[in-house]
Amino acid sequence: MKGLFGRKGSGRRKKEGAASADRGILVFENTSEVIQAERVLKKAGRSVRVMGPPPEIRSGCDLVIEFPLIEELDIVRELRGAAIPPLAVVPVTAPLLAPVDLFHTKDFGDYWMVRAANMKITVAKEDLTIVNVSGGGCPDVPFLAQQMVGKTLTDAPRPRDLGHTLCGYALDLAYEEMLRK
Amino acid sequence: MIGVVGTVPDAAFPLVHGPFALTGGHLRIEGRSVPVNRGTPALLAAAMKASEAIDGPQVYAFLVGDIGKGEGSRRLYAFLTRHLADFDFQVLTFHYLQPDVDWHNKVLFAVDAMKRRPLLIADAGFMYAAKMSGQAPSYDFFTPDVGELAFLADEMAPHPFYTRGFILHQDRKVHDLIQRAYSHHNAARHLLVKGRSDHIANETKVLETVDQPSFEAMEAIGGTGDTLTGLLTVLCAAGLSPPEAAVVAAKANRWTGHFVHPTPATQVAQLIEKIPQALASVLHALPGSSAPPFAP
Repeated sequence: MKGLFGRKGSGRRKKEGAASADRGILVFENTSEVIQAERVLKKAGRSVRVMGPPPEIRSGCDLVIEFPLIEELDIVRELRGAAIPPLAVVPVTAPLLAPVDLFHTKDFGDYWMVRAANMKITVAKEDLTIVNVSGGGCPDVPFLAQQMVGKTLTDAPRPRDLGHTLCGYALDLAYEEMLRK
Repeated sequence: MIGVVGTVPDAAFPLVHGPFALTGGHLRIEGRSVPVNRGTPALLAAAMKASEAIDGPQVYAFLVGDIGKGEGSRRLYAFLTRHLADFDFQVLTFHYLQPDVDWHNKVLFAVDAMKRRPLLIADAGFMYAAKMSGQAPSYDFFTPDVGELAFLADEMAPHPFYTRGFILHQDRKVHDLIQRAYSHHNAARHLLVKGRSDHIANETKVLETVDQPSFEAMEAIGGTGDTLTGLLTVLCAAGLSPPEAAVVAAKANRWTGHFVHPTPATQVAQLIEKIPQALASVLHALPGSSAPPFAP
């Protein structure tokens, strides 16, 4: 995921959101599968991006993977091999929504708080214990908070491994940003 | 009676509904026990504490286990579409539920079929679905934080994760975001926007702001928005007008910090314990008030 989301002012979103005739999207059953598929494809060196789905297939808490259409056969084969075949493969015909790419960091003295989109994670500077997770509205947020709070950044499970929704995905971005601190 | 609909972060937790008890930092319902440290259990605990403090209405919970896969939420949505018409609530609050526009619309139809339409509050995931459905004006209150307000203000965004940057950059211009949310019909009749200053607004203007007492650390504490929504739910059912209820709720939520002296590591359960004192402080300070106004 690192490198996918630019920082404020980085200028890396230049072409994000634009429709592109040579790109397609992979549609999955749920966000968990999107996150898994992204990991598999990134690991294989594929040029893919997590984006928002077009309105006609949007249900409320969705992600899709944008990919070079020319690589469709290879990519679908790789995903089948990883037991996460996409539900559908659709050419990009309209601009896709780009995820937010802004991080806000707040220094509370003994604690750092990082916000990504609607999710916040707060860590004690002394021992890197996660002391609070806040924000969000999807049901995996209380679950992730339950699993992470009280553990150190290195011992806590990754939100991307346990999360299932966009809020979980945003928390993982905040977690990654905190790791960079 | 007031109703609260939400989820518990335990995939094995069954669909339950009914009154509940609070003991030892746990919510107990139908023989099951849930810690109140976050999410809908925190909202319910806050509502219960507030209602007990003012001798307010009974709180009735609809809960199901869901860890983000949405299966529990969909079971609860299906239950509500079949059975909501059997209930009578003054206020009905929807909370941590998997955003799903189709199910949202079915549930809203079920609300319309109730004998008395309750005052409707949407927070968290259900607020996301309500906005995306285009039916935000059907609700009496949304309770977004400033980031979620930017999402409401962005007519294109289906989730806060996709709020466009040029709108997100305005997160200090709360008035502008409120106006934009209303101009695109993406706000409820009233907004209670949580932030450094809490803003209470309707379609015409910002009615009130609440910024005292202020404890910076509360921004980091997970669940402070949930407790605010719990307070608002009870106060709306206690005879206050929606703006009055929002002002008292915002002040009382802040006053819990006064009694706890929070740090960013404080847990919301500690704040919930102080709701009776916080609410008493706010109610006694109301103009012309010499006793709790909701005593029987």
